[in-house]
Amino acid sequence: MEIGLVHYLFVAGALFTIGCFGIFANAKNVIIILMSIELILLAVNINLVAFSAFLQNLEGQIFAMMVLTVAAAEAAVGLAILVTYFRNRGNIAVEDINQMRG
Amino acid sequence: MLASIAFYVLSVIAVLSAFAVISARNPVHSVLFLIQTFVSAAGLFVLLGAEFLAMLLVVVYVGAVAVLFLFVVMMLDVDFAELKKGFLAYMPLGALIALALMGELGLVAGAAMSANGAPIALSPAQPTEITNAEAIGQVLYTEYLLVFQMAGLVLFVAMIGAIVLTLRHRPGVKKQDIAAQVGRKRSDGVELKDIRPGQGLG
Repeated sequence: MEIGLVHYLFVAGALFTIGCFGIFANAKNVIIILMSIELILLAVNINLVAFSAFLQNLEGQIFAMMVLTVAAAEAAVGLAILVTYFRNRGNIAVEDINQMRG
Repeated sequence: MLASIAFYVLSVIAVLSAFAVISARNPVHSVLFLIQTFVSAAGLFVLLGAEFLAMLLVVVYVGAVAVLFLFVVMMLDVDFAELKKGFLAYMPLGALIALALMGELGLVAGAAMSANGAPIALSPAQPTEITNAEAIGQVLYTEYLLVFQMAGLVLFVAMIGAIVLTLRHRPGVKKQDIAAQVGRKRSDGVELKDIRPGQGLG
């Protein structure tokens, strides 16, 4: 069977769902949550590139590069916050991060 | 035919390793499975004819982001078994939301599949005389110059933010102070004693 756009959409949808599920399932571990966000962004990238290829329009690939940039920046800042938090508190449990609650 | 087999192999590996990312006990294994997911996705990009983006994915994600994750996971001395304990607590809610999401996405994709005459019936990009990297290069620095510059700005701000967040000045660490070295006077380091013959110093 010919591989069409829908096949890529299904793969991206599965990755997106797994990413969302990972955020809930690993609600205590910030590192895994960050990785789940990376998975979600990867699913979005697959969608963008698939549409770009099937519509023969390069815009999608340019935008996928921007998503890649934002994902890299987000990972860097997120991990920096994590390292600083660990240095101050000695653990990274998400449930304890409520000091800034009003 | 070969492309179909490659698609199915790559997508199955990508989905399975993505599931392993969120279910692995050891976070180091999670990072390694994340790398495998990204490499499979890069293979999918190659199948779609986006070679440049595929290589970018390998370089940026596997080369930079995943290694950053690996550094942080290995540097932080966290009891990960303790963090894993609540895995089942949020499982029903997470499974419910995942099911709903999967159903919705599947519905949309299924509707798109059954739609006739829609633009999705188009075939993937045919190979032309210019390569994918060439085509991107032709538009990236002309039409999308502003977007390109904004991406650079985002990375710049993120870099400064990460440095500001993690930099700390610890007291008691010995460092070279060039201004102090250069500004040293002769009188700070040398003292002349007038020693009388036959008496010595003291």
